[in-house]
Amino acid sequence: MGTEILLQVNNVKKYFPITKGLLFVKTIGQVKAVDDISFTIGESETLALVGESGCGKTTTARLILLLEQPTHGEILLDGKDIYALQGDDYRRYRDRVQAVFQDPWSSLNPRIQVRDIVAEPIIVNHKLSRQEIRDRVEKILVDVGLDPVHADRFPHEFSGGQRQRIAVGSALISNPQLIVLDEPVSALDVSIRAQIMNLLRDVQKQYHVSYLLIVHDLATARYMAHKIAVMYLGKIVEYAKTEELFNNPVHPYTKALFSAALPSHPDIQREEIILHGEVPSPIDPPTGCPFHPRCPMKIGTVCEKEIQTLRCKDNTEHWVSCGLYAEGRPEPETGRQQ
Amino acid sequence: MSKAVATQPLQTGKPRSVSRLWWRKLRELPLVSIIILLIVLVIPALLAEVIAPHNPFEGSLGKRLQAPAFFGGPSEHLLGTDHQGRDILSRIIYGSRISIAVAAAGILIAGILGTLLGLMAGYFRGWIDALVMRLVDITLSIPAILVALVVAAAIGARFSSVVFIIALVLWAVYARQIRGETLKWSQSDFVARARVAGASHFRILTRHILPNVTNTLIVLATLQVGFVIVFEASLSFLGVGIPRPNPAWGLMIADGRKYVMSAWWISFFPGLAIMLTVLSLNMLGDWLRDRLDPKLRQV
Repeated sequence: MGTEILLQVNNVKKYFPITKGLLFVKTIGQVKAVDDISFTIGESETLALVGESGCGKTTTARLILLLEQPTHGEILLDGKDIYALQGDDYRRYRDRVQAVFQDPWSSLNPRIQVRDIVAEPIIVNHKLSRQEIRDRVEKILVDVGLDPVHADRFPHEFSGGQRQRIAVGSALISNPQLIVLDEPVSALDVSIRAQIMNLLRDVQKQYHVSYLLIVHDLATARYMAHKIAVMYLGKIVEYAKTEELFNNPVHPYTKALFSAALPSHPDIQREEIILHGEVPSPIDPPTGCPFHPRCPMKIGTVCEKEIQTLRCKDNTEHWVSCGLYAEGRPEPETGRQQ
Repeated sequence: MSKAVATQPLQTGKPRSVSRLWWRKLRELPLVSIIILLIVLVIPALLAEVIAPHNPFEGSLGKRLQAPAFFGGPSEHLLGTDHQGRDILSRIIYGSRISIAVAAAGILIAGILGTLLGLMAGYFRGWIDALVMRLVDITLSIPAILVALVVAAAIGARFSSVVFIIALVLWAVYARQIRGETLKWSQSDFVARARVAGASHFRILTRHILPNVTNTLIVLATLQVGFVIVFEASLSFLGVGIPRPNPAWGLMIADGRKYVMSAWWISFFPGLAIMLTVLSLNMLGDWLRDRLDPKLRQV
């Protein structure tokens, strides 16, 4: 695991305007899809963003992929603001950062041969000869577990797992530093998931690539990620190394999330936390901690005020944003303020 | 450890005999439509000089208004002659060329223009989209015949003016359909992936979106050939289409109008040619649509 920081996300916000009117467009509100999040990804490291649907995971991914413009904040790759990139720097960024999407049926163009799908990033960004492109495509197909003789086929001739391998191959071919994996195994058959997860882990070692893993399934996150950030309603509520988070979840939402996931063995008896109510609307999110209207541990007005992200006492890499551990409260896990 | 998996070669069934496969493919085709089209439209247009028994422009007044051969007329003129003594069969044969030329040119221009604008509107959205779609609404709300009369009055009734009118009326259909498809494909993950890979707008439009809308284009074009032939005939009938003495089918119907009580064959046979052509074109278009793009059924 590298210690060098590759990607840095600083106080990023993305608000989508809600507009009204056809001719005279008025903004009547904002959907706070991502509301002030910060994290870093190290080299050859996997960070998982975990949360239920609508919590802003995918928007975060799209921001990093330059498919959306942030409302506020900055994202740095190797210390450079990615929204200020121009010309060759921009092209380099497109080369260095790739993506694998959830649904391998819609993420591969049905009218293009696998060879050209896989080669797209290097065709677009590099001036290579036909032969060089051919060689690299064939090497990558072997690396992702496909037979190079199938390069001339079209996507519909492959199964879901094979298609996802094609997508991984295409993401890898330009030797990127970061691949955004947006639910890479959720659309696959359970029997295929492990194969693709193993493939992703293998090529991570081989190509020294970092992953940002967007996932709603805790087991996938646990298997794949070095660090996990738990998101709720556009905010990161807890952030820790994978084993630390699973052994010692601190935030009530994280605890509830873990209690909702199926245990690894059906006989395991666990504490059951049932949350009441719905996730509040991101148009009008609650003040302070976004979780306080549903939180079983709410302790009063502290939770409705601005919550600072605190570092746990015994673990420097474990951060939590929760009123229970706000300053002055003698909780065992909390430590000094940030 | 995962590499060894999922590399089984995909089996493709090999046909037992090639001729059998071809026979099965042939049986699937709408053969009646294709044969009618070949007889009425394609072969006459290609081989008019060879198969037409008479000159379509010259007749003798002595032989005017002769009934068809099987209706008591002389055997020299199979489908009879018109009011100027010209052979109707020959005129219908030469007229197929005009129908094909007008349909091909009109649909080509309308298709290219409509596709271009539809792609831009659906991909870039924003003001381009608003502008193009309002133009489409305007075009579709103006009666086509009225436009034709105005254009004919302004630039005269010529072959080029007919093509111009057809393109003017038809481009909007393409633009609207292609814009909708483009809108759908622009949201797709493979376009997002291409953007992430760094592909330019031009590359995304030409390599990723255009190939996915070609089925729609083909189906739309086939379904419109019939409409264009009828439209051209209507224009010629009204006198704002192909000028005399060209043997356009619509023009021939118009010429026979005065004699319809005494010499019905002057109008009847060109009308029959139009009907057969359009009917089989529409059937062929329906078949193509079902084969290539069943989602288009409402068009």
